[in-house]
Amino acid sequence: MKDTIYRSHVLICTGTGCVSSGAKTIKESLEEELAANDLTNEIKIVETGCHGFCEKGPIMIVYPEGVFYCQVQSDDVAEIVEEHLLKGRTVERLLFKEPMTEEQIPSYQDIDFYKKQQRIALANCGQIDPEDINEYIALGGYEAAGKVLTEMDPQEVVDTIKDSGLRGRGGGGFPTGLKWQFAKNSEGDKKYIICNADEGDPGAFMDRSILEGDPHRIIEGMLVGAYAIGADEGYVYVRAEYPLAIKRLQKAIEDAEEYGLLGDDIFSSGFNFKLQIKKGAGAFVCGEETALMNSIEGKRGMPTPRPPYPAVKGLWGKPTNINNAETFANIPYIINEGAESFSAIGTEGSSGTKVFALTGKINNTGLVEVPMGTTIKEVIFEIGGGITEGKKFKAIQTGGPSGGCLTEDYLDLPIDYDSLLEAGAMMGSGGMVVMDEDSCMVDVARFFLNFTESESCGKCTPCREGTKRMLEILNRITSGEGKDGDIELLLELGDHIKNTALCGLGQTAPNPVLSTVRYFRDEYEAHIHDHNCPAGVCTDLVDAYVIDEEACIGCGKCAKVCPVDAISGEIKSPFTIDADVCIACGACEPECPVDAISQG
Amino acid sequence: MKSLAELKELRNKVQKEMKKRDQGTKAEIIVGMGTCGIAAGARDILKAVLAEIEKRDLDVRVTQTGCIGMCEKEPLIDVKLPGKEKITYGNLSEADVQKIISEHVVNGSVVTDLVIARHK
Repeated sequence: MKDTIYRSHVLICTGTGCVSSGAKTIKESLEEELAANDLTNEIKIVETGCHGFCEKGPIMIVYPEGVFYCQVQSDDVAEIVEEHLLKGRTVERLLFKEPMTEEQIPSYQDIDFYKKQQRIALANCGQIDPEDINEYIALGGYEAAGKVLTEMDPQEVVDTIKDSGLRGRGGGGFPTGLKWQFAKNSEGDKKYIICNADEGDPGAFMDRSILEGDPHRIIEGMLVGAYAIGADEGYVYVRAEYPLAIKRLQKAIEDAEEYGLLGDDIFSSGFNFKLQIKKGAGAFVCGEETALMNSIEGKRGMPTPRPPYPAVKGLWGKPTNINNAETFANIPYIINEGAESFSAIGTEGSSGTKVFALTGKINNTGLVEVPMGTTIKEVIFEIGGGITEGKKFKAIQTGGPSGGCLTEDYLDLPIDYDSLLEAGAMMGSGGMVVMDEDSCMVDVARFFLNFTESESCGKCTPCREGTKRMLEILNRITSGEGKDGDIELLLELGDHIKNTALCGLGQTAPNPVLSTVRYFRDEYEAHIHDHNCPAGVCTDLVDAYVIDEEACIGCGKCAKVCPVDAISGEIKSPFTIDADVCIACGACEPECPVDAISQG
Repeated sequence: MKSLAELKELRNKVQKEMKKRDQGTKAEIIVGMGTCGIAAGARDILKAVLAEIEKRDLDVRVTQTGCIGMCEKEPLIDVKLPGKEKITYGNLSEADVQKIISEHVVNGSVVTDLVIARHK
């Protein structure tokens, strides 16, 4: 450990989002600038995990003031060092501006996006260096594991989790304590505990962020769970597409082993626990627990019928407990703060908080953690900063490809497991895709079904054949060849697939279609009967663009932006658009300096 | 890790550095680091503040600020204790810093002869 005490800490987010917007080069520039100003021994650079505010990345926070800079570019670094770190003057132009009020906010606790959140699973994400076990310990890390192993017996641990009301954060919402009880009750000389971080929902990235930003929290949660059910071996199943999460988790496991927090006789309790990473190859179905276990065993990732449940006969035929990464991330808090403190948060049937990944047409794209029972409106408009470009909210898709769409009538719906199910959507892993007036709901349903259809493992007929047939119908509707009776056929197929598919993938695959038919049937009908896509998305159903020859000045700007080369002409004479080639994307329209282009 | 006590001992050792990120109310020392301040030796004052805090193992937030218009009186520092008025000291030497920290920050009594302004 370094003895220097730094006067200031500069936290740079190096979660996947900020790295892709340039955080690594910013760190390099910062190192150079600090050296040039002889500040290297005074100012510590800390690479952290995701702050959740990916929209505004790369993010930098300067302590002790807690000033929050966003969208920092490497050209800005010299100014930050000279002005802020040397002279103590905040660089105001890099502060966050509230999208609704245009107000500049210096400190990140005061930004609406953070102010309205309550962070348990993400408590340390963005606050600590995930590759430094000491920082996790400095904030109380591993004390829950220590308490459990030295002061509690396994049944007490299971009871605490039961009392907390924690439910599985992967989507199903099964009570975690009960799941642990089943695994604990199973007889066996060998048991396993698995963390499911095979996060496959399009747009969801909470598990990745926790693994990248606070990997020790997952390890600690698993350690507590392993002790409770009597497992001495664990796996974290992470998709190989998460290289940074894997790297940081691997480092965390090695550091924990070195400190004796994993391995034999942890806290002199006689309890042994060994943890390893299994990389998944990115098949969506492997997020289903039986398919996941087959994959760990080296078999093809396909589900098997339940029962027997994993708690009875799981990995390698032994009793196994599987929880989602976010579920494990809640465990240390429950042990430290008590079951009552956890169950006091949220609603009666769904206690605690939930992390949501906000994506789509929303200003503050990112990860948010809110108490259960927060309304959709609060999440979208108060935390999420509203719809981009001031457009009108149309629908929100929750639960990814297994979930459903909800309309503006549901904006005041308090979000929890049961309320969402009742409304025809589901919690899922917590993806939230926001759609505005320009989104075509039939196209959205087609997008999600296209995903599940290609991710279907093919083992059971309802899912393999059923999703294919449904997709064919949707493709037909969106290309203008929909027929009378297509909607009824979709509903009938969807119903059958839900009732007869083998696993969760098939049982939920029709949800996006069923919920969009339920709330946006008129859009389906417009596609089928009027050959019209009201949102103007389905290109086969919208009219090609045309150029008014008299107005055209022949500048050729439109031709340059056309993605399909449908526009041709000689400079200084009128251009024309080939209606057969035009995909009606609308890219040319704003380019025209004389407004000569319109939809025909 | 052999016991919970060992973990807590390690925690005490490593959490000092993390206090830099603690946003709670605590004593604050603000060093004037405008061009005027730097020219008058504010960097050495800042280093002296940090060294004294480190020596006494205090939990104080040290930040900087720009020129406040009293360039004549640089180097300047402000001391703000929770719930108390902010005091500005001026024309400081490194020895003054030690005195201010031991008398004002630790014991709460303002070093009157070095004060150039009081802010309600």
